[in-house]
Amino acid sequence: MEEFSDIKLSRREFVMVGAASVSAVAVPAGAATPTTQRTPASMTPVAANVSFVVNGQPRSLQLDTRTTLLDALREHLHLTGTKKGCDHGQCGACTVIVDGRRINACLTLAVMHEGAKVTTVEGLGTPTRMHPMQVAFVKHDGYQCGYCTPGQICSAVAVLDEIRAGIPSHVSPDLNARPHASPGEIRERMSGNICRCGAYSNILEAITEVAGSQS
Amino acid sequence: MNPFTYARAHSPAEAAAAAMQSPGARFIAGGTNLLDLMKLGIETPTHLIDVNGLALDKIEATPQGGLRIGALVRNTDLAADARVRRDYSVLSRALLAGASGQLRNRATTAGNLLQRTRCPYFYDTNQQCNKRNPGSGCAAIGGISRQHAVIGSSTACIATHPSDMAVAMRVLDASVETVQPNGARRVIPIADFHKLPGNTPHIETVLERGELITAVTLPAPLGGTHVYRKVRDRASYAFALISVAAIVQRDGTGRVALGGVAHKPWRVEAADAEMAHGPTAVTQRLLDGATPTTDNEFKLQLVRRTLAAVMMQEKGAKS
Repeated sequence: MEEFSDIKLSRREFVMVGAASVSAVAVPAGAATPTTQRTPASMTPVAANVSFVVNGQPRSLQLDTRTTLLDALREHLHLTGTKKGCDHGQCGACTVIVDGRRINACLTLAVMHEGAKVTTVEGLGTPTRMHPMQVAFVKHDGYQCGYCTPGQICSAVAVLDEIRAGIPSHVSPDLNARPHASPGEIRERMSGNICRCGAYSNILEAITEVAGSQS
Repeated sequence: MNPFTYARAHSPAEAAAAAMQSPGARFIAGGTNLLDLMKLGIETPTHLIDVNGLALDKIEATPQGGLRIGALVRNTDLAADARVRRDYSVLSRALLAGASGQLRNRATTAGNLLQRTRCPYFYDTNQQCNKRNPGSGCAAIGGISRQHAVIGSSTACIATHPSDMAVAMRVLDASVETVQPNGARRVIPIADFHKLPGNTPHIETVLERGELITAVTLPAPLGGTHVYRKVRDRASYAFALISVAAIVQRDGTGRVALGGVAHKPWRVEAADAEMAHGPTAVTQRLLDGATPTTDNEFKLQLVRRTLAAVMMQEKGAKS
């Protein structure tokens, strides 16, 4: 089990502390209280245990209840493929797949996912055994700086699953007909993933190729 | 974010009772709105009651021929339900017009109803806001108010309700089912569920302390053509400037509700009676007594034009 107090200061947090804006992550070690202890209206951090399966591996963590799934993945499990962009559910860089569904890892607490199956970009493929979507992003140059890419890829994999499951979208002309992976459908369904470099046309080509090879 | 204790609820009544016992408690389901606001210090709960484990995630037929939608049914699942797509397509369309795929996978039916306004002055803790800090004033009045309410607002608040789903539920005359901390249950018509701001814009619904939404029920299908037309600054993933939810029957009668214009989904039953007289007559009744700002008076004409487009779409669909 990873300990609640096992929090190391990253360079970024060190800079924040140095600037006298103490981040919530930088709580003093040993300040953890047991799960059952109630400390209402207190500034004392509260710890809780959570166990879930990440990329096929069971993981147990003791975390500050405030820890988002995103921070649990990045700061505690050191799976830094999943990115923190806006941290407010607006950019989609933190998209991961939980129990088969894509979600914003920044807008959910880790402790809410007891028993869940989490897939991050690291779980989709490896550099030597890439997922077809990863292969297609490389082939079509579906990125420039690459920061949004893990979220784009997780989202894209889930989008094709959603289309296969018959889930309609805002641009589906007939709600009662099966949707197809048309460019319009893919654009609409990917609208929760922002790319500041503007690689959208190449991202669309990559997803379209994978959709075509699967159909 | 302030620290908080966390517990998982095991029954709706237990959750409501627990919320009553802990003054700083909030329920959490999808968390897509609450956590965002907690990060900004706008919501500061000291205890979170996780209701995700409650068995409130089913969509069931009611004896009256309608549907009972569990409070925890995710927006994606509600929009994709075959019965909703077939018989209440205005609701599917409204849900699909909102948020992103990732957010709809988490956001719940009850949480969507309880969404808080996206007024930028509410979100900026350096600004005056009677909703966030009662009695502090409203920086939106006299501020940049392009997105704000044009009707039903007050001198204390001109915020709008951000939900698309709630506008469709208003046009469908849905009902909200709740359980109270003493275990009692009640049914609240959607028309009465959200409040206008008045002098207490921080009180947004008629829910009492600890009261938990358990379901939303839809009456038997109304037939007709269902339309949800949302006008926004981007083609996708943006809140409405205005939206129109309409159900139009073959004889030209029908009903209409608006989003993006008021502190709650906006419907005036007397305006429904004008449906046969065209979009201008309906808009006049719907927005009678409007008090727009110079920034958002365009919304009045936008409502009329969008309604005209919706009614023409229905005529085209018939021919």
